[in-house]
Amino acid sequence: MFPYVIKRVLATIPVMTMVAVVVFAMLRLTPGDPAAILAGDDASGAQLEQIRRTMGLDQPILTQLFVWLKQLLQGDLGVSLISGTPVVSMIGSRVAPTISLALATIVLTIIVAVPMGVVAARRPGKLLDRTVMTFSVMGFSIPTFVIGYLLIYLLSLKLGWFPVQGYSPIEKGIGPFLHRLVLPTIALSGIYVALVARITRSSVIEVMGEDYIRTARAKGARESTVLLRHALRNAAVPIVTVIGIGVASLITGVVVTESVFNLPGLGRLVVEAVLARDYPVIQGLILLFSFTYVLINLTVDILYTVFDPRIRY
Amino acid sequence: MMKTIQNPAVGELSPAGAGVDRKSSTLNQLLLSLKSIPVLLAFIVLVTVVVLAAFAPVLGTVDPIAINPGGRFSPISEAYWLGSDAYGRDLYSRLLYGARISLIVGLGAAAASIAAGLVIGVVAGYLKVLDAIIMRVMDGVMAIPSILLAIALVSLTGASLVTVLVAITVPEIPRVVRLVRSIILNVRSEAYVEAAVSLGTPTLRILTRHMVPNTVAPLIVQGTFIFASAILTEATLSFLGAGLPTEIPSWGNMMADGRMYFQLYPGLVLYPGIVLALTLLSVNILGDVLRDVLDPKMAKRT
Repeated sequence: MFPYVIKRVLATIPVMTMVAVVVFAMLRLTPGDPAAILAGDDASGAQLEQIRRTMGLDQPILTQLFVWLKQLLQGDLGVSLISGTPVVSMIGSRVAPTISLALATIVLTIIVAVPMGVVAARRPGKLLDRTVMTFSVMGFSIPTFVIGYLLIYLLSLKLGWFPVQGYSPIEKGIGPFLHRLVLPTIALSGIYVALVARITRSSVIEVMGEDYIRTARAKGARESTVLLRHALRNAAVPIVTVIGIGVASLITGVVVTESVFNLPGLGRLVVEAVLARDYPVIQGLILLFSFTYVLINLTVDILYTVFDPRIRY
Repeated sequence: MMKTIQNPAVGELSPAGAGVDRKSSTLNQLLLSLKSIPVLLAFIVLVTVVVLAAFAPVLGTVDPIAINPGGRFSPISEAYWLGSDAYGRDLYSRLLYGARISLIVGLGAAAASIAAGLVIGVVAGYLKVLDAIIMRVMDGVMAIPSILLAIALVSLTGASLVTVLVAITVPEIPRVVRLVRSIILNVRSEAYVEAAVSLGTPTLRILTRHMVPNTVAPLIVQGTFIFASAILTEATLSFLGAGLPTEIPSWGNMMADGRMYFQLYPGLVLYPGIVLALTLLSVNILGDVLRDVLDPKMAKRT
């Protein structure tokens, strides 16, 4: 197992390097003068020169790449063009709402989607299964921001159960914190629940055909024991994988959900940076989100070998 | 779409005589699937959207960007079939013209990403020298969440229909490349390809006549899903303010415009949102059907 873990960790290095190079190349390979793109339309010649020097845009491109990678390794993501604040500290001050939202969504998804998938898998093609699959297609198709606005319309405006928008930090009391997190979490869970329920269903159906399920039934195990102890446990690997892969759509969803519900997290920071054309901030956030995605999938892959001793590489 | 399936090159690959049967059974299977009510509904919705988009100018619409300060936030009325927005623009007309934008973006992004992915995938699958480099670059692009990549590209190049199309297309390319490459790698060792090689058939001809036709069915299926995801991405980008120029009446722009007034006039956001959701739902349902019929192997995998 240990050599596999090392191999897997090493395999993420080229991917992360490629991500960094792609993000680096975007600014440099876009048609037009990068300094002018960064400075905006009404910048003076002196300002352009200033940006060129501070960003090192007057250096040869390979030198720029080298400097950029070196800064990255030191955890330096540059400074905001607008406020002059280091991007790293901007991220630090906005990370809490995003992590709360993401964790709440993952927990809700697992609580809802796995039972949905198992229930559907019990009798494939029957009414319950078709209902679950219909919900799943809907979850895939209805955009997060449409779900969000429908929830605000029904539960906040019509019924008045929840605040329309906003965020309350956990330090100010757990009650308001959770209350304001409910609707964003449900909205963001839509696509994720669809994904996980679908995979749970198909992998449980696949496992149900195995010999050990027939053995379990033959020895008189109850159907619930068969489903949960034997089928679900053996179907766990694809489910956990998809939870990892789904983080990509979770990240997209975070950007959208935070905008709909006015949560001051990293997703809204992306949007604010785009509207202000604050490129170092955009770059930093793309790197952060991509690295998070790669690292989560690395963790998931390593967890298999811990949870499923049959997997040997 | 049927035309592509009836491509003679595909028939050539099947054993003699089987080509005709397969074609008619594919069509039959697709028609049979319309017996299922959700599939039929999805088909009707999609056809309706296409018809409304195509005939928008003659369906009682007015200029979708005409501003009328006297008619702001009009309720549903004779003049405004679905009411009007903060600038007095007619929502019904904007929805219909928005359908045009969505379909153009969806088709454009699907065609462009499949064309680019096909070329890159064939190169990666056939030329071992370039394979490793291409696939590492693709891994890198895939690790960046697609919406962020698109946001960055749009913010760098400025908003226009073309830049948004490019920004939506680029993140879709790696998945097409992976699909095409895996098919090419599989087909390479098939007897008919080895036979063609030993007969001295030129490489380009082997590729176009014997290998690429195998990618047609999976690419049609993939194209449907890219079509849906491109429509969603455009709406998301425009909604976030990083998409099409605000004067273009797209569904995402309509929702972005209506956000400020949502509490008073929910329809400004909900109408385009619901139309968008219904369109995506239909395309996804039909895409699933297409996949089950055209590409049973892929249906099994997912």
